[in-house]
Amino acid sequence: MPTVSSRGDAMRGLAVFISDIRNCKSKEAESKRINKELANIRSKFKGDKTLDGYSKKKYVCKLLFIFLLGHDIDFGHMEAVNLLSSNKYTEKQIGYLFISVLVSSNSDLMKLIIQNIKNDISSPKPVHVNLALHCIANIGSAEMSEAFGQEVPKLLVSAHASESVKQSAALCLLRLIRTLPDAMTYAEWASRVIHLLNDQHMGVVTSAASLIHTLSQLSPGDYKGCVSLAVSRLSRIVTSTYTDLQDYTYYFVPAPWLSVKLLRLLQCYPVPEEPAVRGRLVECLETILNKCQEPPKSKKVQHSNSKNAVLFEAINLIIHIDSEPNLLVRACNQLGQFLQHRETNLRYLALESMCLLAGSEFSADAVKKHRETVINALKTERDVSVRQRAVDLLYAMCDKTNSEEIVAEMLAYLKKADYAIREEMVLKVAILSEKYASDYTWYVDTILQLIRVAGDYVSEEVWHRVIQIVINRDDAQGYAAKTVFENLQAPACHENMVKVGGYILGEFGNLIAGDERSSPLVQFNLLHSKFHLCTPSTRALLLSTYIKFINLFPEIKQTIQNVLQNDNQLRNADVELQQRALEYSQLSSITSQDVLATVLEEMPPFPERESSILAKLKKKKPASVQAIEKEEEKMKKSPPSIENHVNVPKEVPANTVSRLTISNSVDLLGLSTPPATPQQSTNSLLVDVFGSVDQPVAPKPESNISKFLFKNSGVLFENNLIQVGVKCEFKEHTGRVGLFFGNKTGNQLQNFSASVSMGADLQGKVNIAPQKEAPTQIDGGAQVQHFVNLECITFFSGSPNLQLRYQHASTPQQVTLKLPVIINKFMEGTNMPAADFFNRWKQLGQPVQETQKIFQANHPIDTEAAKTKLTGFGMSVLINVDPNPDNLVGSGIVKTKTSQIGCLLRLEPNKEAKMYRLTVRSSVGEVAALLCTMLEEHF
Amino acid sequence: MMRFMLLFSRQGKVRLQKWFNAIGDKERKKITRELVSLVLSRRPKMCNFLDWKDYKVVYKRYASLFFCCAIEESDNELLALEVIHRFVEILDKYFGSVCELDIIFNFEKAYFILDEFLLAGEIQESSKNKVLRAVENSDALQEENQEAEATRSILEEFGLS
Repeated sequence: MPTVSSRGDAMRGLAVFISDIRNCKSKEAESKRINKELANIRSKFKGDKTLDGYSKKKYVCKLLFIFLLGHDIDFGHMEAVNLLSSNKYTEKQIGYLFISVLVSSNSDLMKLIIQNIKNDISSPKPVHVNLALHCIANIGSAEMSEAFGQEVPKLLVSAHASESVKQSAALCLLRLIRTLPDAMTYAEWASRVIHLLNDQHMGVVTSAASLIHTLSQLSPGDYKGCVSLAVSRLSRIVTSTYTDLQDYTYYFVPAPWLSVKLLRLLQCYPVPEEPAVRGRLVECLETILNKCQEPPKSKKVQHSNSKNAVLFEAINLIIHIDSEPNLLVRACNQLGQFLQHRETNLRYLALESMCLLAGSEFSADAVKKHRETVINALKTERDVSVRQRAVDLLYAMCDKTNSEEIVAEMLAYLKKADYAIREEMVLKVAILSEKYASDYTWYVDTILQLIRVAGDYVSEEVWHRVIQIVINRDDAQGYAAKTVFENLQAPACHENMVKVGGYILGEFGNLIAGDERSSPLVQFNLLHSKFHLCTPSTRALLLSTYIKFINLFPEIKQTIQNVLQNDNQLRNADVELQQRALEYSQLSSITSQDVLATVLEEMPPFPERESSILAKLKKKKPASVQAIEKEEEKMKKSPPSIENHVNVPKEVPANTVSRLTISNSVDLLGLSTPPATPQQSTNSLLVDVFGSVDQPVAPKPESNISKFLFKNSGVLFENNLIQVGVKCEFKEHTGRVGLFFGNKTGNQLQNFSASVSMGADLQGKVNIAPQKEAPTQIDGGAQVQHFVNLECITFFSGSPNLQLRYQHASTPQQVTLKLPVIINKFMEGTNMPAADFFNRWKQLGQPVQETQKIFQANHPIDTEAAKTKLTGFGMSVLINVDPNPDNLVGSGIVKTKTSQIGCLLRLEPNKEAKMYRLTVRSSVGEVAALLCTMLEEHF
Repeated sequence: MMRFMLLFSRQGKVRLQKWFNAIGDKERKKITRELVSLVLSRRPKMCNFLDWKDYKVVYKRYASLFFCCAIEESDNELLALEVIHRFVEILDKYFGSVCELDIIFNFEKAYFILDEFLLAGEIQESSKNKVLRAVENSDALQEENQEAEATRSILEEFGLS
């Protein structure tokens, strides 16, 4: 008999079953035993005899055990739910455990479960309340949010609830908010929730701090009061001695969990403005840094871990504040000590944190002092995850002065680097060598070496890029041709080398043809010796090189034509190869030398673009993007390097050949970025207008204004008597609304009147003047027009009303509509480069200026459709700003007569969860809030 | 926020799993399989943290059991390591020098303890004594029940109920 806990041998049958399972010698024996048990339980549950609570509990617990072993359980849910209403705590507890673990697989019992939880949550016994709260938090479904979203916060701020109930309630609420963030921000509870930070009970404060952290992220404005409370609580903790906090001191460190939570909470907000609070915060951070210099109070690793946990979080906050040079440099020095610490964990974390410090202008230089140590780490660390961090840090600290050394070290490491990180390293080396190249021979050498060392991991972007740069730089071409030629002479060279070599020799082979060791025929034979070993795409590229050779070196024309006309090419199974061979051989035999020279002229320089390699790295590692972006901003300020001369789109070399067949420069440039689609919205509304004529649609009055959020014309209203069409034009703060009233009946509509009026909320904010009097009657089947001019004086919400009255068959009719004059109509999109966007985004960083919503997608997530909507909404969608291509960022200016209000937007889809996060920032907080609300339901 | 916590043996048998957000059963099994083999393949003395997919994984071995948790990008790795340690301490105190068998045979207890300690992936109570007191309180309720149970079954046996 195995050891069983001495505490009350509660379920003997369960223990026996578990030891049976453990004694099974094989998987089959185990399955057999389990199936036997399942059959037994099933018969018990189905049997005529009603089971007592104890047996039910035991069987439910066995089922749970079987499930946790990895088997499916398709019954027993009902019995578990029955246990919830047991008046015995232990039965209830097992019932809840089963439900918490297995509920997702069977949710038609949810109503019953919720009812049981409702009973327990209002029970006078705190233990029952806690069980219920734990269950809600463990399941955390949308249904739970809806059922208990109002109940739980009451417990949290109740004067009567016990501490443990409050702790559970705080975290339970947190879970519900995560599930349905926009349904609950609890602005009305904000002040009471914030004040939990002052609670006597440290456990309550700890739980509450987690909750407040999430709430602050969701609605920073409502919770900004927590900053000063958090600072003073933190200050009390860091200045306390380890005996002050009793149970909450962990290995001589006072309240590490709470400290870290408070430090994280403070990272949600900008530095406090009040000098006293700010001063106190700086003091806290200094104290934390000082404590690290003190001799340790214990040799236990738990002591140093928890102390350093607080330290690292403090450093994160220092980096977040980014305006205290003294603290930043101290932080950097502290991390420098950790770089050589004997604990691997600390070295790992120090490398990670330093990466962030490298991005701050105050500490960048201090970080660079540790270059040698970091390079050493790359060479000597035994753990790949630590080496990976060293690579990241080297990348972050690289600049003009140390780039050659860093790139050389990374290349050396690449040879033995783990496969998982090679591609990323290749991208990093390619970016650094391009960014900091002072001479092109070094750059070309570096990239070719990359291909030699790690050819398989050199993505298309990388080899495209080197070709683009060589083409754009006259002074690099001769060297490049010579070097690729030498590299191709290696007996086994990587296919990527053949591609680069083929392309470059095809363009610039003539520059080295004077040397008889690399005469035209030698070049051709060298390339052709690789031909048969290559994949079709490379062969296709080589065929293009050959036709270019015919132009460059007429003396070997015959040799090349023989190759092109060989059946291996002309009858190749690969259509592309066949076509190229056929066309090239025709081209070379039919056309005159002049025509040939024109068609096969040297490639023109590529236009400037963002490096596609950088884009790729961003895609691969969105997490590290911020550091890279900062890096980018710095680069823009520093003196130009190659990047500023050459910025080219990808996919170019692969497409070169198509110009022969298509002779279209658009394709040549490989414009891979999808064109923006500002036109699409107008197209679709035309369709809409026409479509509605023959399709009898009867929109409900007033209800369809929201579709005009993204377009300016369409059918505003229609019933069986009348159709109202609208067409609006807006320019800056003025606009003109054209209304088209169509009489659908055969008779005249009499006593017609159309008046535009404004509710109290629009008075003085929008001026409206009809161009002429509205018509007073509409003949049967006729359409009349009516134009209204308007002017936006200042920001407004809502829309003007349009009231129609008319008489049909002596019956007076009245319709009130909303005119599609909405604040976004006065918005104009503005384009700006990424750097400007990020600057402005930062400038609008105050909590009141931002509104963020997280919501379930109402439509399938489709980036292009979303772009179209945003453009229709009035924003410019900015390309290449957000590193994640799924995310959209936009910017626009709301122009009113009295002010111009800048608005920035970011829309981040989560395809898996089918959710969106929408963030709008604006110089006027109300505008941000309004735009956010308006957009929310449309995605 | 902690996304999940797994306890598994050196043979890769999962002894306890706690998921703090909704992940489907299939996905859970996949994550568990991959992560267990990844952690088991690491040598001792290696760093206790690793980047894995979208997770930061923090793990530590205690005797025959690996305690492994996944946290979010912005979470504090060292503190997660101490969350694990505190959990081990609580189990140890509760079971009296805990071993793998205790957790196998009293898995439900281990879950109850975890619920008192962590909720919604956040620490609910960092004081060891307070967590233990909460668990012992509910054990006391259990014993009351058992006494009632014992009396009742005796009565039943004698056909007196």
